[in-house]
Amino acid sequence: MVPITTLHYLVVAAALFVLGVIGVLTRRNVVIVLMSIELILNAVNLNLVAFSRMWGNLHGQVFSIFIVVDAAAEAAVGLGILIAFFRNKETINVDEIDLLKW
Amino acid sequence: MTPGMTPVATPFFFYFLSALAVISGVLVITRRNAVHSALALIVTLLAVSGLYLMLYAPFVAGVQIIVYAGGIMVLFLFVIMLVNLERTVKERQFNRIWPVGVVAAVALLGLFVSVFVKGKNLFPEPRIPLAEANNTQQVGIMLYGNYMFAFEIASLLLLVAILGAVIMAKKRI
Repeated sequence: MVPITTLHYLVVAAALFVLGVIGVLTRRNVVIVLMSIELILNAVNLNLVAFSRMWGNLHGQVFSIFIVVDAAAEAAVGLGILIAFFRNKETINVDEIDLLKW
Repeated sequence: MTPGMTPVATPFFFYFLSALAVISGVLVITRRNAVHSALALIVTLLAVSGLYLMLYAPFVAGVQIIVYAGGIMVLFLFVIMLVNLERTVKERQFNRIWPVGVVAAVALLGLFVSVFVKGKNLFPEPRIPLAEANNTQQVGIMLYGNYMFAFEIASLLLLVAILGAVIMAKKRI
C-alpha cells in the first residue's frame, strides 16, 4: 500500500469541503445549511492540521483552534437569528426568507 | 514512540476514517429529517478527530470532540427541537436550481484534485513527527506567546457572540 502523504489528507478535506458547498447551495432547510457550513470549516481545519504535520511545527494546530472558536461563535449567532426569524415567520426554508428581495 | 514500535496500520485506518467521514458527510446533506443530519454530522466530526490523531495533533482532536461534538451539536439539536415542523419533512428538500449547484461543486472538486495531483512534487515530505507527549503544553505556550493578541481577540469574539445570540433569541428586545 502507498504510504499516506499530505496529499491524501488534502483530497479528503477537498471532498468534505465540496459536500458542504453542495449542502449550502441546494438545501432549503436553514439548519442543514448551517450544518453544511460546519462541514466546510472542518475541511479547513483538516487542511491546517495536515500542513502543520507537513512542516513539523504547531502553527497550523493553533490556527485550527481559532477556527473552532469562530465556528462556535458562528453557530450561536446563526441559530439565534434562526430562532428570531422562526418566531416571526413560522418558516425555516431559505427560499421563503426573502424579506429584503424586492 | 520507542524504536521497534510500528505505527498501528496507518493506511488502513486512514482509508477507514476518511470513508466514514465522507459517507456520513453525504448523509448530512441528503437526509430529510434534520435530526438524522445532525447525527450523521456527529459521526463525521468523530472521524475527522480520528484523522487529527493520525496527524499527531491530540489536543486538536480533543477540542474537536469536546467543543464540536459536545457543544455545537447539542446547540444544533436544541434548535432543531425548538423549530421542528412536521410539514418541513414532507416538503421539497432541495431548491429549484440544485443541479447547477451540484455541477458547480463537482467541477470545483475536479479542479482541487487536478491541482493537487499536478503539484504533487511541491509538497515536501513530512518532517520528523511532532512530539505527541507534550503537544498540549506546546500549543498552550504558543497560544499565550506568539498568538497572545489573537487569543484575546478570540475571547472578545466569543463574548460578542454570546450577547448577540441571547439578544436575538429574546422574546422582545
